[in-house]
Amino acid sequence: MLILTCPNCGIAADETELHAGGEAHLTRFGAGSSDDEFESYLFMRKNTRGVHFERWRHSNGCGKWFHAARCTTTLEVFGTYTAKTTQPPADLIAKIKAKRPDFEGFTK
Amino acid sequence: MSTRLQNGGRLVDRSTKLDFTWNGKRLTGFKGDTLASALLANDELLVGRSFKYHRPRGIVAAGPEEPNALVGLGQGGKYEPNQRATTTELFNGLTAKSQNHWPSLEFDVGGVNRVMTRFFPAGFYYKTFMAPAFAWKHVFEPVIRKAAGLGAAPAAEDRDADRYEYFYAHCDVLVVGGGIAGLAAALQAGKSGAKVLVLEQENTLGGRAPVDGVTVGGKPAQDWIDATTKTLHALENVRIRTRTMGAGVYDHGYALGYERLTDHAPEIAGPRHRLWRIRAKRILTATGAIERPLSFAGNDVPGVMLAGAVRDYMANHGVSVGDRVVVATNNDDAYRTAIALKAAGLDVPAVIDARVVADGALPMKAREMGIRVEVGKAISSVYGNKRVTSVGICSQAGEGTKTDELVCDAVAMSGGWSPVVHLWSHCGGKLNWDTEMAMFRPDPARPPLGADGAGFVLVAGTANGYLDAATAIADGHAVGAQAATEAGFAAGEVAAPVGASEAEGPILAVWSMPQGQNKKLQMKTFLDYQNDVKVSDVRLAAQEGYESVEHTKRYTTLGMATDQGKLSNINGLAVLADSLNADIPQVGTTTFRPPYHPISMGAIAGEARGGLFKVLRRTPIHDWTDANGGFWEPVADWRRPYCYQQAGESVKDAVKREILQTRNSVSILDASTLGKIIVKGPDAGKFLDMLYTNMMSTLKVGRCRYGLMCSENGFLSDDGVVARLDDETFLCHTTSGGSDRIHAWMEEWLQTEWWDWKVYTANVTEQYAQIGIVGPNARKVLEKMGTEMDLSAEALPFMAFADGEIAGIKARPYRISFSGELSYEVAVPAAQGQAFWDAALAAGAEFGITPYGTEALHVMRAEKGFIMIGDETDGTVIPQDLGLNWAISKKKEDFLGKRAQQRPHMVDPKRWRLVGLETEDPAMVIPDGAYAVDGTTQANGVKHMIGRITSTYYSPTLERSIAMGLVEDGPERMGDTIMFVRTDGTTINAKIVDPVFLDKEGARQNV
Repeated sequence: MLILTCPNCGIAADETELHAGGEAHLTRFGAGSSDDEFESYLFMRKNTRGVHFERWRHSNGCGKWFHAARCTTTLEVFGTYTAKTTQPPADLIAKIKAKRPDFEGFTK
Repeated sequence: MSTRLQNGGRLVDRSTKLDFTWNGKRLTGFKGDTLASALLANDELLVGRSFKYHRPRGIVAAGPEEPNALVGLGQGGKYEPNQRATTTELFNGLTAKSQNHWPSLEFDVGGVNRVMTRFFPAGFYYKTFMAPAFAWKHVFEPVIRKAAGLGAAPAAEDRDADRYEYFYAHCDVLVVGGGIAGLAAALQAGKSGAKVLVLEQENTLGGRAPVDGVTVGGKPAQDWIDATTKTLHALENVRIRTRTMGAGVYDHGYALGYERLTDHAPEIAGPRHRLWRIRAKRILTATGAIERPLSFAGNDVPGVMLAGAVRDYMANHGVSVGDRVVVATNNDDAYRTAIALKAAGLDVPAVIDARVVADGALPMKAREMGIRVEVGKAISSVYGNKRVTSVGICSQAGEGTKTDELVCDAVAMSGGWSPVVHLWSHCGGKLNWDTEMAMFRPDPARPPLGADGAGFVLVAGTANGYLDAATAIADGHAVGAQAATEAGFAAGEVAAPVGASEAEGPILAVWSMPQGQNKKLQMKTFLDYQNDVKVSDVRLAAQEGYESVEHTKRYTTLGMATDQGKLSNINGLAVLADSLNADIPQVGTTTFRPPYHPISMGAIAGEARGGLFKVLRRTPIHDWTDANGGFWEPVADWRRPYCYQQAGESVKDAVKREILQTRNSVSILDASTLGKIIVKGPDAGKFLDMLYTNMMSTLKVGRCRYGLMCSENGFLSDDGVVARLDDETFLCHTTSGGSDRIHAWMEEWLQTEWWDWKVYTANVTEQYAQIGIVGPNARKVLEKMGTEMDLSAEALPFMAFADGEIAGIKARPYRISFSGELSYEVAVPAAQGQAFWDAALAAGAEFGITPYGTEALHVMRAEKGFIMIGDETDGTVIPQDLGLNWAISKKKEDFLGKRAQQRPHMVDPKRWRLVGLETEDPAMVIPDGAYAVDGTTQANGVKHMIGRITSTYYSPTLERSIAMGLVEDGPERMGDTIMFVRTDGTTINAKIVDPVFLDKEGARQNV
């Protein structure tokens, strides 16, 4: 039962209020894309052990989507941030690096 | 025999007698008894039969770790199987019965399994029932089903008569366990100002300290417990709940508590159990320890009990388990039991101590009292069947050759104590093996981590591995302060309580008694009492290659019973380690999973039963439908009428009548459940072009267009009619079950992918009642209702809508049709839905207007070959499969699902595609989901399938059976006859036809 703070409404929400949306910052490939591009978009996911960026929706709350950076093994939450971005904010990356020196940074 | 002593029993009130029934026998106990102590007081030593061998079993423990004394409690709607006698408080009128025996507890036929022990080894099921195949179904399964199961399930017709509820609680520090360590911790945390919640599973606070003669500050522990409890109660920020077990610890400081409110006193009104859903900044577990049995032959004979439990029953309930009690031990603590027994005037023939030296304070005191202490000795075997009659003594170092035999009627055993680390471990707290103390204890350096990356579970006292009272209470004090500090409070200025108890000498790890126990004795030495797992079973598993403790657990069923191995796990894994020649920490423990102790299903359900189980959505016409013959069926969160039954009419006849009425005159339909989503903004058209497969941006204001939505996998996900209200505003209709899902789908794309597009959405499904007036006379009905709107075909053609007033109600009729008839779906404000409905019924009376339900709707749409999401689609169907290419734009650069529909499998001409099907026999309706076969057989022996039925009905309009289905090469095989298989193997022939069965040119709706 995770608690994540929704950056849109500021509420520290129980997992029962939230809906998980899978890996964050995927690049959408639509019509005209190559087979490899489309495969990467539709099927290939990271399944990270450690620092992971993911999408959540505050579905039983304000209804808005947001992003969370979380450790998949310890469940430590490094931060949540807006859904309106294609990559994690730099200050969050810096914060994670400070806590996890072996974290290599965000890669698509 | 076990009996009530003349004196003693700190928890019982001898002035209040309680009557109860045990297997129909009327017995008496005292207020303060548990069912277990009351049974022992009445010399009811035999309480049940074991699961596999049906061996006679007696009470072993005095708490939730009890593996044997599982009983069926109560009757009728209050009946519950598998309740522990040791945690069941006695009340007047309690009825209990024993389990797992037939025909009676005393005489049990299943006991024959016991004689067959050597034929029931570990993995018996896997080994025995392999072949022949028929034997499983006809021989093994019926026999096993009759014998299997623990206790009897409540009767199917009995509804649980009790009420349950949830509590949501938030606190800074949750203390689980109200023993002296937990109380010391709660006091420290409470004085700091932190909001503290203390949970204690028993009905009293203080834990074992009063039983074990602990002193605090030089006075009996009870004095300190009473004073501390009083102080805690006076603190407004501290809440204490007894009879409330900490059941589980979960991520980010979430914990479950299980409160038993009325189990001890059914006359109390209110809920029976309460599930506490707790969020705490810090969880402090002070859950104590559980004593381990010793592994000697015959350790399951009734009368063999844990030494601590024997002491508990004497001190707490004034009950002795026997007149002559042999004590078997590997540690000093069990001497407390010997001393207590002797002090109560009972006979202790000997203390059998596996250690070579026992010269600590407690053994010396025992000797001073005249108790015979035999060091370096072991019990070779316990004798007796339904109760202990004697024990054989042998050398601990040997193989079990009996050197002496002691007559006795009970055995008190202690293999040492294991800290209760369950709650610490539930969420990933790690353990260390303490060789000197022979136990797993929490590793404070590796706690479960919270959202901030810091440990959120702390452990104190005995649960932390401090088995002596002095360090346990000091640890509670210190960890309580630590928890408060970590939760953001300055620890209070409470003086550290000074506890004391007799010093204990070192324990000797004894996993087998005697050391080199021969095979014959191993087969009588039980590790898991409830599941009948013996030392020989674990050794066999090891021999057969089961090296992982998790595999051994599943192979032997060790620790898989309802006690979840509270007594057996450590002993079992020690035997496994020994068999594998490995160290105990190398073998490790199995995973600790919540709940700590079984909790009732009622508590898990809480109030969610009956009408509260799920929210029901009601249309504005719901109550009218309910009062006018509506035959309900669930549709998503709604109820919709399958049909409207008239007096004396069958469901089938009602459907037929409704269809013919619609086709021949006019009917009325409650279509309010249809999803209605407003999409508005300068980019609304562009957005809908991405969402739908067809072009929506070109739709003219005042017009409607049928559209399809696909997932990014290309599969059809929803359909519906889109209306353009003005330049920037569209209203999208979705399926009845799809409104929330599609609204969320739109929002997901707008918020996470195209957040710079200027579009807003609003789900207005429940703002409108949508009422269909359907049939050749539909226009006449609306005109008669009174309107200035021009509803003619010229002014309001098919697939157009207009705003106006009908019957004085603001209305928006859409000229859309799901039946193929002249049809107006009229949206009116929800609050006026019933008024509009009533006006339509009145105006339509002269045309015989009646309402129709979902089945008539389904049949009529199938007659017209219209697809239905969920019938023709199942998450693997693309629009192209359904012949809907006309609704897939070729002009648009992109839309959701377009790329996927270009994948090789999606353009495969062999994909099954939609056709209509007419049976050779017009009266024969093909079963839904039936498969089409071509008469050939695949390599795997299965009939080769070439299609399947997606919709199938009897059409009253056409007076014949019609069906739709997906068939390989179907559209190219018009006129061919193919074969469908029924589940009984017989076949039905059907001709492939156009899926539009009625009015192919659409003349009926274009009027």
